[in-house]
Amino acid sequence: MSGAGPSSAGLAHKVALWQRFDPKWVVIGVSVAIVAYLALMPLVFLLWQSFFTPQTATKAAEFTLDNYVQAYSSMETVRLFINSLQFASGAATFAFVVGTLLAWMNERTNTPFKQLFFALSIIPLIIPGILFVVAWILLGSPKIGIINLVLQNWFGTERVFVNVYSIWGMIWVEGLHYSPMAFLLMTAAFRSMDPAMEESAMMSGANIFQVAWQITLKLTWPAIFATLLILFVRALESFEVPALLGLPVGVHVFTSSIYQAIHQYPSKIGLASSYAVTLLLITTVGVYFQSRLSGQGNKYSTMTGKGFRPRTIDLGPWRYFAAAIFFAYFLLIVVLPFLVLLWSSFQRFYSVPSVAALQNLTLDAYRFIFSYPTLARSVWNSLLLALGSATVIMLVTSVICWIVVKTKLPGRWLLDNLASLPMVFPGLVLGLSIMIFYLNFDIGIYGTIWIMFAAYITRFLPYGLRYNTTSMLQIHKELEESAEMSGASWATSFRRIILPLLKPGLVAGWIYVVIVSIRELAASILLYSPGTEVVSIVIWELWENGQYVELSALGVLFIIALFILVMLAQYAGRKFGIKEA
Amino acid sequence: MLSVKALFTEYPNERGEIVKAAQDVSFDVPEGKLFTLLGPSGCGKTTTLRSIAGLEKPRAGEITVGNRVVYSSSRNTFVTPNKRNFGMVFQSYAIWPHMNVFQNAAFPLEVGKTKMSRQKIEEKVMRVLATVGLDHLADREATKLSGGQQQRLALARALTMEPKLLLLDEPLSNLDAKLRERMRFELKRLQRDLKLTTVYVTHDQSEALALSHEIAVMNEGRIVQIGAPRDIYERPHNRFVADFVGSANFLDATVIGREQQADIYRVQTTIGQLTCFAVEPLKQGDEVVISLRPEDVHVSAQRPETGNAFEAVVDAKLFLGEFIEFQVKLGDTLLLARVHPSFSPPVGTTVHVGMNPEKCVAIPDAARGKAA
Repeated sequence: MSGAGPSSAGLAHKVALWQRFDPKWVVIGVSVAIVAYLALMPLVFLLWQSFFTPQTATKAAEFTLDNYVQAYSSMETVRLFINSLQFASGAATFAFVVGTLLAWMNERTNTPFKQLFFALSIIPLIIPGILFVVAWILLGSPKIGIINLVLQNWFGTERVFVNVYSIWGMIWVEGLHYSPMAFLLMTAAFRSMDPAMEESAMMSGANIFQVAWQITLKLTWPAIFATLLILFVRALESFEVPALLGLPVGVHVFTSSIYQAIHQYPSKIGLASSYAVTLLLITTVGVYFQSRLSGQGNKYSTMTGKGFRPRTIDLGPWRYFAAAIFFAYFLLIVVLPFLVLLWSSFQRFYSVPSVAALQNLTLDAYRFIFSYPTLARSVWNSLLLALGSATVIMLVTSVICWIVVKTKLPGRWLLDNLASLPMVFPGLVLGLSIMIFYLNFDIGIYGTIWIMFAAYITRFLPYGLRYNTTSMLQIHKELEESAEMSGASWATSFRRIILPLLKPGLVAGWIYVVIVSIRELAASILLYSPGTEVVSIVIWELWENGQYVELSALGVLFIIALFILVMLAQYAGRKFGIKEA
Repeated sequence: MLSVKALFTEYPNERGEIVKAAQDVSFDVPEGKLFTLLGPSGCGKTTTLRSIAGLEKPRAGEITVGNRVVYSSSRNTFVTPNKRNFGMVFQSYAIWPHMNVFQNAAFPLEVGKTKMSRQKIEEKVMRVLATVGLDHLADREATKLSGGQQQRLALARALTMEPKLLLLDEPLSNLDAKLRERMRFELKRLQRDLKLTTVYVTHDQSEALALSHEIAVMNEGRIVQIGAPRDIYERPHNRFVADFVGSANFLDATVIGREQQADIYRVQTTIGQLTCFAVEPLKQGDEVVISLRPEDVHVSAQRPETGNAFEAVVDAKLFLGEFIEFQVKLGDTLLLARVHPSFSPPVGTTVHVGMNPEKCVAIPDAARGKAA
C-alpha cells in the first residue's frame, strides 16, 4: 500500500520507515547479542582477572602485575613451557604419522579389511578421553599395568617395560587418542586429490614409495600442515592426559598447572589466569594459521570437480603386512582399552587377569554404581545439558550462519569470527573464564547448572556453526528469494524454507554437539558443584577416590551408551542424507 | 503498465569494488505484453529484473506497476519483494526440494496476506497445475520431476498468486535444446492466453526474437537499443547489437554520397563500392560500418541482377544440415555466407556474390571514428 499516489508523498515516507522495521532485525539482533555475550565476556574477565589480586572479605582486588611476574620469572615456567611444547608437538607428530599411514593405506592401497577402517572414525566419539587414559593406566602403569606384569612374568625379571607416567607415556596415550582424527583429516585430503597426478608419476617410472613421497605427500602439504596444527592445538588444550599421567610424577604442562593453581589452598585464580592467557595466545596463533591455510588451499588446487574413483596401488604380499599393522593398531586403540575396563569392572579389587582372579568375578562394581548416590542425578544433568545446549546452539547458529552466508550486511565477517572465537579456548581455560565472569557478574547462576549450560553453549558454538554453514552454503539463494517473491515474510521463509532445507546440517550438528557435551570434562571440572555433577565428573571423582573397579563399571556402561548414541546418529544420518561436515 | 525510469543499481562484489550493474535504465511495458531484456552475461539484465522484483535495492530511479510506486529514490519508497505481488521464475527454478508439487505451488497462497480456505487453495492450485499440465503429478516429490516439469512447476508457482507482473529470469536456459524449443511455444501460448505483463531476461537471441513483443538489448549496464524483434534484427543501431543478435559480417566504409531513394547511400569499402541502407542521415566522408547478415549474402554461379554484385573465391565451407556456411574471399576480405545446401561448389571455385542494398545496414562507428 505504500506510495499509493503522488499526493501522499509524506505518508509514503512514513510507511517506508515503518516497513523497515522487520521482525528479522529483532531475531538477528538477539542472536548477535547472545554470541557477543558468550564469546567476549569471559575473555574480557579472564584478562581482567590476570591483572588483579584475589578479592577477599577484608581486601578489595587491586591492580597487580604479580601474576605475570610470578608466572614468567620462575624457572618453573620455562620447564612448563618446554614440557607443553614437547608434549604437544610429540603427540601431534605421533598422531599424524599413524593417522596418515592409515589414511594412505585405506585410500590408496588394496589392504584387506578396508571397511573396518571406518570404524576408526567413531572411536574417539565413543571412548571419552578420561576413560582412554584410565584404561591405559591399567595397561601401562609400572606397578599395576598388565603389559608390564605379563612381560615380567614371561621374562622372569622385575624390570619395568613401559611406563605411562612419563612425558613419553603422555605422548603415546595422547597421540594414540588423536590418531583417528588425523586419519579422518588426511583421508579427506587424499580424497580431494586427482589420482591422475599419481598415475602420471607412475607412468613416468616412479615406484610406489617415490609416488607416495614425492607426489602424494607433497601435493597434500597444505592439508598436512593444517592437520599438524590442529593436532598440536588439541594436544596443548588436552586436560585428561596431563592431569592423570603428568601430575602424579610432576610433569607439568599449562593445562595441569592451571588446574593445580585453582585447586590448591588458597586458590591462585590470578596465577591460573595468567597461565590461561599465555595458553590462549599460543592456541590463537595455531588456530589462526590453521584457518589461513585452509582458506588458501586453492593454490595447490588438486580438486578438479570431476567425480573420480582412485585406482588403488597393489601392495602384493605386503598387503598382509599392512593388514597386520592395522589390526595391531585396532588392538591398541579399541580392543585393549575396552577389554581392560571390562575385566576390571568384574573384579572386587583391581587385579591382573589370571586363573585365580577369574574365580573372583563379581557384579559388585555394577551394583555399587547403580546405587551410587549421585549417579541418577549426574545422568539426568548430563542429558539435560547435552540436549539443551545442542538445541540452543543449532538454533542460534542457524540464524548466525544465515546472516554470514546469505546477507550482505557489513560486519558479518566479524560475527563469523566472534562465533568461532571459542574454538581457541581450551576447555579448562573456558571453564576458568566463565567461573571468573560469573563470580564477578553475579546474576545468581554461579554454582547452578546454568553456568555449565553457558559453558557448554560457548564451547560448542563453533561446531554447530560449522555444521550449519556447510549445509547453508548448499542452499541456493533463489530458493529463499522465490519464497520472498511468493509473498512470504522473513520469519515465514526462515521457518518454512530455510530451516527444513538446513535439516541435514541441523540434525548432524545437533547429534555431534549432544555427543561431545555428554563427554565434556575440562570445563565442567571447574564449574560443577554438589548437585550439578555430570557423568564425566562422577568418573573423575571415582578416580580421585581410587575406586578403579567401580570407575571401570561406569566406564563400560558409559561407552556402551555412547556407542548406542553414535549408532543412532549414523542411522539418522543415513535417513536424512547427512554428509559429515 | 510497468514503467522503469532512470534506474541505477550498484552493488559491491567480493573484492569490495562497486559493480555498476544497471545504469540509467528506462523502459515501459504495456499491459499484457512480453518485454525482453537481452544481453551477454554481466550486462546488467538480471540486476534490472531483480531490481524490479525488489531483490536488489537500486541506488536511484523509479519503478511503477500500474498506479503503484514500488520503488522511488526521490520519494524514498521501497516495497519489499514479499509485498509486491509479482510472480517470478528463477533460472535454477528454485523448486523447494522438501515439498511436493502441490505444496510448492500452494505456498504463495498459504503465506499471502489474504487467508484462504484449504478448499479454495486446492481449487486454485489444481487449476493452475492443469494449465501447465502438471495436475496428474500433484502428489509427486518435487525433486523427482524432470527438468521440463520443474520449469513448469516454477511457472505454476509464479502463476498461483495471480501476479500483477510476471518476471522470468532465463527460464529456459537449463533445458536441453529440443525441450527448450517446445517450452518456447508453451510459454508464448500461456503468456498470450493469460494476458500477463511479462519481463523476460535471456542471453539467447533466438529466444528473445521468438517470444518478445519488444526487446531491449543491454550492454555494460545500459540499454543500447529498444525495439520490436524485427527492428532489432534488421536495423541494428550499432555494432554491438548487430554482432550480439545473430551473426554479421562487418565492413569498414566511408560515405561517398546519397542515392536517389530515401535512406540509401553509396559507400567505399575494402571490397569496392557498395549501396547500403542507413537509419540516421549520413553525410559525405562519414566513417561507418556496414553490417550484413550471412543469410543476406547470396552466393550463385551466375552474376546476380541486384546491385552490390562481386566475384569471389570459395575459401572454406561447412555443411551444417539446414544450410551450408561459406567463407568467400573478395580480394583480401573474408565474408560469411549462408546458402541452401543444394548449391555446393568446391573450395577454390570462383562464384558470384550479391548483397541486397536494403540489407547492408550502415552503422555509425564510434569506436572506429576514435581510432581514425
